[in-house]
Amino acid sequence: MAEVSEVLDLSPAAGEGGTGPLVEVRGITKIFPGVVANDGIDLAVYGGEVHCLLGENGAGKSTLMNILSGMYRPDAGTILVDGAEVQIDSPRVALDLGIGTVYQHPTLIPVFTVLENLVLGQGRGLSMDTKRALAGLKQVAADLGVEIDPRALAGRLALGQQQQVEIVKALWGGSRVLILDEPTSMLTPQGITELEKVLLQLKERGLAIIFITHKLHEALDVGDRVTVLRRGRVVGTLGPEVVRSTSRDELQARIVTMMFGEEAASLAGVAEVRGEVTGHRTARQVSSEVMLELIGVSVEPQRSEIGIRDVSLAVRRGEIVGVAGVDGNGQRELAEAVAGQRSVHTGDVLLAGQSIRHTSVSGRQRMGLRYVTDDRVGEGTVSSLSVATNLILKRIGDGPFWKRGRVCDDAISECATDLVDSFDIRTPTIETSCGTLSGGNLQKVLLARELSFDPRVVVYNKPTHGLDVKTTYAVRDRIRQLAEERQVSALLISTDLEELLDLCDRIAVLFGGRLMGVVENEVGAELEVGRLMVGGDSR
Amino acid sequence: MTELFTTAFVAALISGGILAGMPLLLAALGETVSERSGVLNIGLEGMMLMGGYGGFVVALYTNPWLGLAGGLAAGVLTALIMLVFCVRLGLDQIVVGIALLVTAEGITSVLQRAQFGTTYPRLDAMPVFQIPLLSKIPAFGQSLFSQPLIVYIGFALVVVVHWVLGFTSMGLNLRAAGEKPQALDAAGVSVVATRSVAVLVTGGLGGLGGAYMSIVGAGIFVPFMTHGAGFIAIVIAMLARGRALWVLIGAMLFGMSVSLSTALQLVGVNVPQDVVNMLPFVAVMVALIVFARQAYLPAALGSPYTRGSR
Ligand SMILES: Nc1ncnc2c1ncn2[C@@H]1O[C@H](COP(=O)(O)OP(=O)(O)OP(=O)(O)O)[C@@H](O)[C@H]1O
Ligand SMILES: [Mg+2]
Repeated sequence: MAEVSEVLDLSPAAGEGGTGPLVEVRGITKIFPGVVANDGIDLAVYGGEVHCLLGENGAGKSTLMNILSGMYRPDAGTILVDGAEVQIDSPRVALDLGIGTVYQHPTLIPVFTVLENLVLGQGRGLSMDTKRALAGLKQVAADLGVEIDPRALAGRLALGQQQQVEIVKALWGGSRVLILDEPTSMLTPQGITELEKVLLQLKERGLAIIFITHKLHEALDVGDRVTVLRRGRVVGTLGPEVVRSTSRDELQARIVTMMFGEEAASLAGVAEVRGEVTGHRTARQVSSEVMLELIGVSVEPQRSEIGIRDVSLAVRRGEIVGVAGVDGNGQRELAEAVAGQRSVHTGDVLLAGQSIRHTSVSGRQRMGLRYVTDDRVGEGTVSSLSVATNLILKRIGDGPFWKRGRVCDDAISECATDLVDSFDIRTPTIETSCGTLSGGNLQKVLLARELSFDPRVVVYNKPTHGLDVKTTYAVRDRIRQLAEERQVSALLISTDLEELLDLCDRIAVLFGGRLMGVVENEVGAELEVGRLMVGGDSR
Repeated sequence: MTELFTTAFVAALISGGILAGMPLLLAALGETVSERSGVLNIGLEGMMLMGGYGGFVVALYTNPWLGLAGGLAAGVLTALIMLVFCVRLGLDQIVVGIALLVTAEGITSVLQRAQFGTTYPRLDAMPVFQIPLLSKIPAFGQSLFSQPLIVYIGFALVVVVHWVLGFTSMGLNLRAAGEKPQALDAAGVSVVATRSVAVLVTGGLGGLGGAYMSIVGAGIFVPFMTHGAGFIAIVIAMLARGRALWVLIGAMLFGMSVSLSTALQLVGVNVPQDVVNMLPFVAVMVALIVFARQAYLPAALGSPYTRGSR
């Protein structure tokens, strides 16, 4: 703690005055087979500041953070902490230097309880310090405005809750430097607001915070300093003076240009950049034919889940129906019940009027039902297989990729190359193993696979999480296009209200495993959805 | 008369069960520790053989206690090979395990032959330790509570392993290494160190199990004397799903199925020797068919960990 207060005392206006940065990297270079992930990166992070790191998918943000947290060794460059050069050759060293990290992909152990996950690595000798962990969890959870059962198995928590546990874990370790790699990708707007408040408090205490996000408004809300990476290089840094004195719109425009260069022009009109969130009614005509229907569907909860009770919902042909609600209110159960990964306890699921309650996952696949999971690393992709194989993963054994039991490599690579191009997947080659892709590019692989091969009904669970602004809008366009031009119906689960308002015809709200109501997406819809989301009675 | 036969039957079953089950118990406890940390130790049988031979030789020239310690040390030394190749260098655990087994079989037979030729020197039985009062319980008291000290130590180890795995930070680290090593690494604990400890413990316990076989059980060392016990121990460990108390139950059940023939002979039922030799293996198969569906294996079992490779 001594160092922290020292930083506080010496740096009332850290960064601009005499004090040096808490952490500084110089000329960091990291080369992976086929890509230069970091190319001579210089970055200085000051105590008492939130330093936002932005950049398109695959820009090298996570790689740099992994270097700071001891997971990767840089090929060149130096790291300085408190002005002294350090060798961070293991995560232990980073932790001892006071660098705490929330990694982009969950590092919780699914079969451990929340408490066990928190005390992991904290023990001295044989004893487990559960008391301290419980107290820490309680306090940080209160700060974050969340309630987490310490005895629940981590793997059974909704991903948003898992993310909160990760944040708690990084926070109560007593860090001086906090790295948050897309901590908000799974959080609801309320969750994000609470996190932002906590960040402000930590900043007051003199912590240096590195905050990675793809949502520009978050960066502008909390960032004191903004650095943009592009293709492994620093494009530029906006210092605190600039950030403070420039108007929001202008900042946004500048950042977008830095992130995407020439290509930025096409983004001028999108809502994120405009920064407005409001309901609107799509003027298009939706046919009255019901494609997907849930009739009184109930799913039994597994441990620490909520299950769903008596959910009835119809999605018409070409319609996009959103499902809003705080993560952990039955979203995963709903999606998996439709996809066939979980059995329906009572009620029925109809696809084009036909009961699919007893149809297998692959049977439903063949009927044109697709499921874009929100767990891209765990169940969405196989990290040791190549990008190409992952892209046709659900077509193994089918033509044209297999002919009479023999694999046709040409057909596979042709198809994979097409998909990689059309979804702009940044990968050195199609033979690269999927696990090495950046988070956003992994998400693109998942989307590319599920949206090709003639889908009829798609269940999306947080389809754009972890995508950069540009890709997010490309994906949304595609979802819209599929609905309008190919009459693909969609059930779109998201914690991001702005996304639902942008895409959906109607928005259903799940709360406590029940359907609270369905709202037509017209002006003012966000208020009604917000009311239902906290359990307001449906009218 | 019937009464007497029943008592004799139970006593024979129990003492025989312990005799045959104790090596399985020790080895399976070791395997449990190793599997929980993510290392599948196929070479367990090799470690038992090395322990059996090493322990026997030490016991022959000194005393049984030093012999048991020698067996443990021989197991640890064998495990060192596994540590270097599998944990440090990340080679395939199954290949290295099989290589270890074959090597150990070869080395122990050759050394035994070179040292003793075709004679098989015999050790004296280890002194028993009577637990007052308890050993006076009718029917099973004598067979359960009048045993060499090492038997009680073996049972105590069940409790120790149970406690370490379930209630200490070391156990938590071990389990994390088996479930998601990158999470353990990110928490600042070395995966290599954690798994190394686990592999050495396995070697030690496997070696001790082998030494029990030769020193306490048989009193002699014969090449290949483990007879598949290492593999049965692996099965027991897997069926027990990493829980020490289930390892105890499993090992004792298998032990008893071995001693069943002797016990049956005591009550006048004669079973052909071949059927008897088959019994433990039949038991394994039945157990697998009945319980294997529930067997839980750690998620990262068998996969080496290299930081930063995704
Ligand atoms: N372990 C690895 N092996 C090989 N290549 C890697 C590895 N880690 C990252 N890369 C590559 O380095 C590049 C940068 O990846 P990184 O994860 O740093 O991107 P990012 O900026 O975090 O992107 P995102 O916003 O999608 O998370 C990518 O092209 C990726 O494929
Ligand atoms: Mg990333």
